[in-house]
Amino acid sequence: MNLAIRDIRYHRGRFILTSIGLGLLLGVVISMGGIYRGLFADALATVNATKADLWVVQQDTNGPFAENSRIPEDIRYRIAAVPGVAQASPLSFQTIQIDRQAKPFRFFLIGYDLNGFGGPPEIMAGRNIRQKHYEMVTAKAMKMKIGEKLHLGLHDYTVVGITGKVVSSSGDPAAYVSLADAQDIQFKKDNDAIRNDRERIGTNLAGIQSISPAQGKILMQNIAGITESTHTVNTVVARLKPGADIGEVQKRINRWNHFRPLSVEEQTKILTKGMIEKARMQLGMFRIILLVISSVIISLIIYTSTLDKIRVIATLKLIGSQNRVIVGMILQQSLLMGILAYGIGYILILLTYEKFPRRIVLEAFDLQSLFVIVIAICMISSFVGIRKALKVEPAEALGG
Amino acid sequence: MYAIEAEKLTKIYGKGDTAVTAMADATFQVKPGELVAFLGPSGSGKTTILTCIGLINEPTRGKVILDGTTVADDGWQRGIDLKRMRREKLGFIFQAHNLIPFLSAVENVMVALEINGVGRNEARKRSAELLDALNLGHRINNYPTALSGGESQRVAIARALANRPRVILADEPTAALDTENGKNVMTLLKELALSNNSAILVVTHDHRMVENFDRILKVSDGRIVDG
Repeated sequence: MNLAIRDIRYHRGRFILTSIGLGLLLGVVISMGGIYRGLFADALATVNATKADLWVVQQDTNGPFAENSRIPEDIRYRIAAVPGVAQASPLSFQTIQIDRQAKPFRFFLIGYDLNGFGGPPEIMAGRNIRQKHYEMVTAKAMKMKIGEKLHLGLHDYTVVGITGKVVSSSGDPAAYVSLADAQDIQFKKDNDAIRNDRERIGTNLAGIQSISPAQGKILMQNIAGITESTHTVNTVVARLKPGADIGEVQKRINRWNHFRPLSVEEQTKILTKGMIEKARMQLGMFRIILLVISSVIISLIIYTSTLDKIRVIATLKLIGSQNRVIVGMILQQSLLMGILAYGIGYILILLTYEKFPRRIVLEAFDLQSLFVIVIAICMISSFVGIRKALKVEPAEALGG
Repeated sequence: MYAIEAEKLTKIYGKGDTAVTAMADATFQVKPGELVAFLGPSGSGKTTILTCIGLINEPTRGKVILDGTTVADDGWQRGIDLKRMRREKLGFIFQAHNLIPFLSAVENVMVALEINGVGRNEARKRSAELLDALNLGHRINNYPTALSGGESQRVAIARALANRPRVILADEPTAALDTENGKNVMTLLKELALSNNSAILVVTHDHRMVENFDRILKVSDGRIVDG
């Protein structure tokens, strides 16, 4: 006869309620692990979606995600000409927050060359961008419909397609526009700003006595052309030819002195070790604290449950029960509680993880590891109860 | 052969100046099929005798022989398996019947059998038969909370008898029962002592039940004073 099962069956209400409480706690632990994995997935989503071998960014920066990076767009041609490079494509990134339907609406805008690569990895609905201007493809998480318009910078952009889960390293959903549009949105000045800039340049030039008015006019046109240019990008990504030596390509680009060519591994390291390290440690600490709390709760539950059964244990000892029967009863109850609580926590997260504002990635290894940890906690926690039970004297069964 | 033999059984709690003699030089024998009572007021030492005979409390001095096996001779005998002896030779009945609350009546009896190595089906069959014999056939699946005091005590008796022990030790078995139920329990114990040929040793201070015993040993201040 299994005494643990009999006891649970008799006190099923209490057992189930306790397990649900513990399950909620373990659900939080599972979700924390999922959020941690989600941070990784989010951080690398754009890098993975781009499928580039090399990220060329501004010298001495960890761009374009961890730090600002600005490089001229036309460097793409020079990069494409490096031996071993098959294709080079400029990309622009910026985080935008606007008010939409009276709520803050935050997303990550990616501009790409329609003839290059780095655009939406898949089109789930609608089509890809075909026109050079005023079309956009948005991630599903932006919850926009095809045909819907969004006002960005000086213009309206129409959603023509929906892509999958592409997010920025901070978890904001991504939207794609043509590079020219992205550059306009990011760098193009409005008419007032242009007029102000031109006036300031004109005033400055007028103050230089060695320049004639005619020279000044030409100079002003040239300077204005430079300051009003939008042909800047955050990175140029490159794909290498099969068998090309990435180290050699990096060495060549390094020699130009103005750029930093990052391999995918280096970019991944910057994103994961630098950007999300603190968040990872924070989540890790939370998980440890929650697991400690869980083990304290299990210990207390098992201990109080053992105290409730002192007379039963004494009676069992008096009628000659072996210690293994008593130890088994306590240990099995603890394990069953842990297993049930884990199951409740797992099902809870399985049913809700897609509704979390940030991505939760449930990995089999994490789930299995947590299960093993929960089992270990249950076994360790039950020792307190077992110790108490083994100290119970059979004589305690006597008396009124 | 006696079922229980005690010779100069002494139990002293503590040492030196704080030593308390709970029982001194108790000598008695109980034959199989005999129903014997230890009668005395609270604190007289009768439960101490029960715990020493029941292999719960180690006697300080003296000898205890159960069903021909010497279990104590100035302390426990070396190599004696007390738990096994309790399982196989002894049955216990308590004042508060001590049924396991999360087991049904039949399971409360089964547990004693299963602890002693009896298979589940056999244990269930024997337990049900035993409860039926004690007029509890209709209550076998009830939990202790659904049983009356008398019924609970009969289940406890069934559990004590389950392994057909040579010795049954009862600690105030009628204390929590009314007179009628108490008399019923004592009648039952007397019948069982005879039918099973078990020695039954009852600790009680309940004078209402004295006529049911074959023999009464009166205990006072840690000594058997009469019997």
